[in-house]
Amino acid sequence: MKKLINNIRQLSRGVLGMAIGLLFAIPAGAETLTVYTAVEAEDLKRYASAFNEDHPDIKIRWVRDSTGIVTAKLLAEKNNPRADVIWGLAATSLMLLQSEGMLQAYAPKGLGKLDTKFRDSANPPSWTGMDAWIAAVCVNTVEAERYNLPIPTSWMDLTDPVYKGHLVMPNPNSSGTGFLDVSSWLQIYGKHGGWQFMDNLHKNIAWYTHSGSKPCKQAARGETPIGISFAFRGAKSKAAGAPLEIVLPKEGVGWDMEATAIVNGTKKLAAAQKLVDWSITKKANKLYNQGYAVVAYPGIAKPVKHFPTGILEAMINNDFEFAAVNRKSILSEWQKRYDAKSEAK
Amino acid sequence: MPESKQAYLHIENLTKHFGGFVAVRQLSLEIFSGEFICFLGPSGCGKTTLLRAIAGLDPQSSGSITQGEKDISNLPPSERDFGIVFQSYALFPNLTVFQNVAYGLENQRLPKAEIRKRVTELLQLVGLPEQTEKYPAQLSGGEQQRVALSRALATSPGLLLLDEPLSALDARVRAALRQEIRALHERLGVTTILVTHDQEEALSMADRIVVMNHGRIEQVGTPEEIYGTPASPFVADFIGVMNFMQGEITSSGTVRIGENSINCETTNIQVGRKVRLTVRPEDILCSADSASDQALRENSFLLQVESVEFLGSFCRLILSGPEGFGKLKADLSTQQVHELKVTQNSRLTAEFPSRNLRIFPESS
Amino acid sequence: MSSAAAFPVSTTSVSGASAVRIRVSRDDIVLRSGLVLLITLLVVAVVFPLYTLLSKSFEDNDGEFVGLQNFREYFETPALFTSITNSIGVAISVAFIVLVLAFVYAYALTRTKMPLRGLFRGIALIPILAPSLLAAISLIYWFGNQGVLKSWLFGASIYGPIGVIMASCFWVFPHALMILVTALSTADARLYEAAEALRTPKWRVFWTVTLPGAKYGILSTGFIVFTLVITDFGVPKVIGGRFNVLATDVYKQVVGQQNFEMGAVVSLVLLLPAVVAFIADRWVQRKQVALLSARAVPFQPKADPLRDWLLFVFCAIIAFIFIAMLAMAAYASFVTFWPYNLSLTLKNYDFDLMDGGGWEAYYNSIRLAIYCAVFGSGLIFLGSYLVEKARGIIWLRTILHLGAMLPLAVPGLVLGIAYIFFFNHPDNPLGFLYGTMGILVICTIVHFYTVSHLTCLTALKQLDPEFEAVALSLKTPVWRTFRKVTLPVCLPTLLDVASYLFLNAMTTVSAVVFLYSPETMLASVAVLNMDDAGDIAPAAAMALMIVYTSACFRIMHGLLSRYLKRRTQVWRNQ
Repeated sequence: MKKLINNIRQLSRGVLGMAIGLLFAIPAGAETLTVYTAVEAEDLKRYASAFNEDHPDIKIRWVRDSTGIVTAKLLAEKNNPRADVIWGLAATSLMLLQSEGMLQAYAPKGLGKLDTKFRDSANPPSWTGMDAWIAAVCVNTVEAERYNLPIPTSWMDLTDPVYKGHLVMPNPNSSGTGFLDVSSWLQIYGKHGGWQFMDNLHKNIAWYTHSGSKPCKQAARGETPIGISFAFRGAKSKAAGAPLEIVLPKEGVGWDMEATAIVNGTKKLAAAQKLVDWSITKKANKLYNQGYAVVAYPGIAKPVKHFPTGILEAMINNDFEFAAVNRKSILSEWQKRYDAKSEAK
Repeated sequence: MPESKQAYLHIENLTKHFGGFVAVRQLSLEIFSGEFICFLGPSGCGKTTLLRAIAGLDPQSSGSITQGEKDISNLPPSERDFGIVFQSYALFPNLTVFQNVAYGLENQRLPKAEIRKRVTELLQLVGLPEQTEKYPAQLSGGEQQRVALSRALATSPGLLLLDEPLSALDARVRAALRQEIRALHERLGVTTILVTHDQEEALSMADRIVVMNHGRIEQVGTPEEIYGTPASPFVADFIGVMNFMQGEITSSGTVRIGENSINCETTNIQVGRKVRLTVRPEDILCSADSASDQALRENSFLLQVESVEFLGSFCRLILSGPEGFGKLKADLSTQQVHELKVTQNSRLTAEFPSRNLRIFPESS
Repeated sequence: MSSAAAFPVSTTSVSGASAVRIRVSRDDIVLRSGLVLLITLLVVAVVFPLYTLLSKSFEDNDGEFVGLQNFREYFETPALFTSITNSIGVAISVAFIVLVLAFVYAYALTRTKMPLRGLFRGIALIPILAPSLLAAISLIYWFGNQGVLKSWLFGASIYGPIGVIMASCFWVFPHALMILVTALSTADARLYEAAEALRTPKWRVFWTVTLPGAKYGILSTGFIVFTLVITDFGVPKVIGGRFNVLATDVYKQVVGQQNFEMGAVVSLVLLLPAVVAFIADRWVQRKQVALLSARAVPFQPKADPLRDWLLFVFCAIIAFIFIAMLAMAAYASFVTFWPYNLSLTLKNYDFDLMDGGGWEAYYNSIRLAIYCAVFGSGLIFLGSYLVEKARGIIWLRTILHLGAMLPLAVPGLVLGIAYIFFFNHPDNPLGFLYGTMGILVICTIVHFYTVSHLTCLTALKQLDPEFEAVALSLKTPVWRTFRKVTLPVCLPTLLDVASYLFLNAMTTVSAVVFLYSPETMLASVAVLNMDDAGDIAPAAAMALMIVYTSACFRIMHGLLSRYLKRRTQVWRNQ
């Protein structure tokens, strides 16, 4: 009994020490950057370790979530920002943050080498692009056959009642992919036509997911035959052995840029600038190219395995200004129309 | 006897209420040094409340308590000088008998050897010298209470408080322990307060008994005084068995009950007052039914036996008499019952000796 | 009662006597500071956050007071409003189904001579070791579009109310079972003997003796299941599909859209049924105490082959389903690429490559569980000790007790959001806790405070109330008696509480999902996030890691308790 109590006492002392350590360990290390990102989790390690090869003195503390969530989080923390740098968030989101005055304009070293499409037009720019991230439709060929579904070739095809209950797409409120889809449809079909298209599409949708990659992953597993997602995710799942066909609808596909920016008010400006400098280097762009066929640094992109062909041609002429300015009203309209998912229309 | 001793504990105008309920009301009492005193009363009479106020466990609402020369009214229990024993023993279950008894001593930072000596001595005193390493659960109830007693005595308190210490024990053990506690008191001479609802316990152990009812003292006195000359109908009824008869004083020294008159002391009570006449069952003298004798003797009546209850060493008769007498209890030795050939419905002459009769005015 | 005793007391009736004020002793100072300290802690950790939540619901985005506008907006949004009916519908269905199933199961365990009762009991408690999400994940593998038994649903989709109800039934079953087993174990054999002597038919005995005897247990179970289901969001999140409930709304508003004001409104709507269920349950509990106060002769079931074997079949089916749920998740976690490549692999356990925090999340969970077990049980025991044993100052003790009861009425989800509002407020000096392990520990302890508090209180009430009085008479400081007597005697209870906190800290999602940061990602949250990203197999794998860990801990706790019991048997009622 005495021994037991002694052991417990020792244990509790240890635990107490650990707890106090933990509570106070947080502010340690002045060179830790808090970086908000929507980049796929499996890529973050590669990005960080490549960056640390050149800058071992700067540690990255990732905060990762879906585009919509990171955007909303940044907006919510507007008065009390916790992020130093944003690395890998939709350009439309960054434009929104810029209009709220939350970004610190900065011209990174080597800015001139970037494709001019991949940067904020202001000078110095508030954000710089990394790569383009492109919508696509993941079709599970095995399941499509089982349910006798034709492989769709256009967005309009997807409104065919034959697909009823077999479609999954991301909720644009939380997912950047979902938002670029919606904004592209509004650009392709016009405001009226776009919403009408979505009304029809909604009838076929089985459910809306929280994240943009989930529809494709679910299609890959055959949980649903067709997932509206993005090309990069489809290529990855295909590489993992999923019976997928990645379709680029013929009307054209929406896309967005992943981009980098410094958060206004960061206390670690020098380190943040170093990170942004690095994020547009050739080396960094080569990293991006492992998943994304189109990157900001011209002339280095190599084809990505399993990536659908003709992607550059399929990309619509995206009006980022339109997307960023109308983001809020588009999302609230979308929510009003489709978020009552329990009421099957 | 009391005059020769000095007051050790002085309670003055003590009142204790719980919300709107008054548990003890304006109570004053003196307890003498070395005295063994019993608080006796039915449950809810305030005896335990009074004890706990003395200990400081549930402080009084008003009034003062002086112990020795010191006013302890405002002291927390830890600064008062007392040892306490509860009905539940309250022995620490995870400590051995030795550790239990040593519990208070260890706190005085005494050397280990001294503690050992004192504990051994105390356990010897209560007759448990061999049980030091046992846990309370391994002891009988009586043994546990002895350990509790020695634990309370270990620190040599000036006052020993016993809160119904024997109530949880069975009759035989209770009787034995009564004697032992009494003997212990004789040896140590520590001022002791015992709270009990058991009149036998109080009568056999106490130097003086404080009979309480509804938060007030009904009577304070030696066991003989309490039993022999109860100061109130309550005490008369509560202590022992008592017969009550309704009557009225017709003249000095005479009480009329129904059609009959009984002679008894009526001092201080005016003529015409309604009274209750009391007599103890053992004070009713029974003899064979003889109509001729009846008239000769004072306070003798012819009564009918309703039932006979055999109670071992004696028998209790239920008698019915003339109007106003109601049902009376009378105790006869078994031998007497045989001699008088008492059976149901037989008739007896019962005498009520006037020296054993007491009257209480009926409260208007 | 005489007029003297009933005489009302006013301050004037005690004429001339000054009121007695006992001098404060060192012990009292210690106890009172303890009380004040704990009350302060509870006020900071429960009352302030809830107040902030409340006030937030009346504010707009910029913190301006807007009255009931948020509520109006809420009730005018049909999507959000539908969730209320969905939530209540699901909660009532689950309460009804679980009540029937768990009652029969509990009856079989306590009132029959059915074989393998111990085993059945053990199996039914499995869900306690797992996060609620596990059931939903497993159901997807069984009945999802690629599910093994999809055809059993006759074309209905598991994504929706069916899946939510099935998965909820699974994870709340043990909670219901434990209460019902307790309710049914306290039967008075004399009632049955009397019924038998009167030649009452068995069905009539059941309706007139058994059911009324367990009445309060049944009611209490109903309320608890209802609250658990309506406040859980893991299950509907994973398997709800298009079916929205209040709990997922809160998550969507706060995490998905960072719309904190609307999140506050929905949490308050969610708080309402939980509070009603809490009050109803308290009322029922009070009734139950009165029912049990009589001294009863324990009931010894007799064999009845027909009944026993029928119940055996029933229990076997339920137990089989439970094992099947766990086994499917376990199997799926090793499958390379469901359903196209069923070869086995460990790659799903390579959490570091997944969205969800990696193995670090798992270790964080264990850390959290240990902190909660150690600090939580210590703090809660101390609190219940002060409530039960501090002398005098009843009002302080009552406040502490009420504070300790409060968390039971607050769903984890609501608590989590309240914590964001309170601790992330720029002016809060405690803001440094935000995003740390510290806030997770505090939140989890508070979330599970009440049950632990009541457990400790029960143990302390069993101690002789005069221990403290004796210790005072022996001039022993309270802390010495606390250390030498109270604590050792209550050690088994303390272990139970520590174990309860550990298991809940391992499996909880609802409160912590709003409070974790990248460094403090937790295993249970990782399950949620991995499922969210579509990585369902790794999600199953992580959920199983939680099950294995909880099971190991449970076994260790069992062994330690047995060891303690054996060591202390000498003095524990022999």
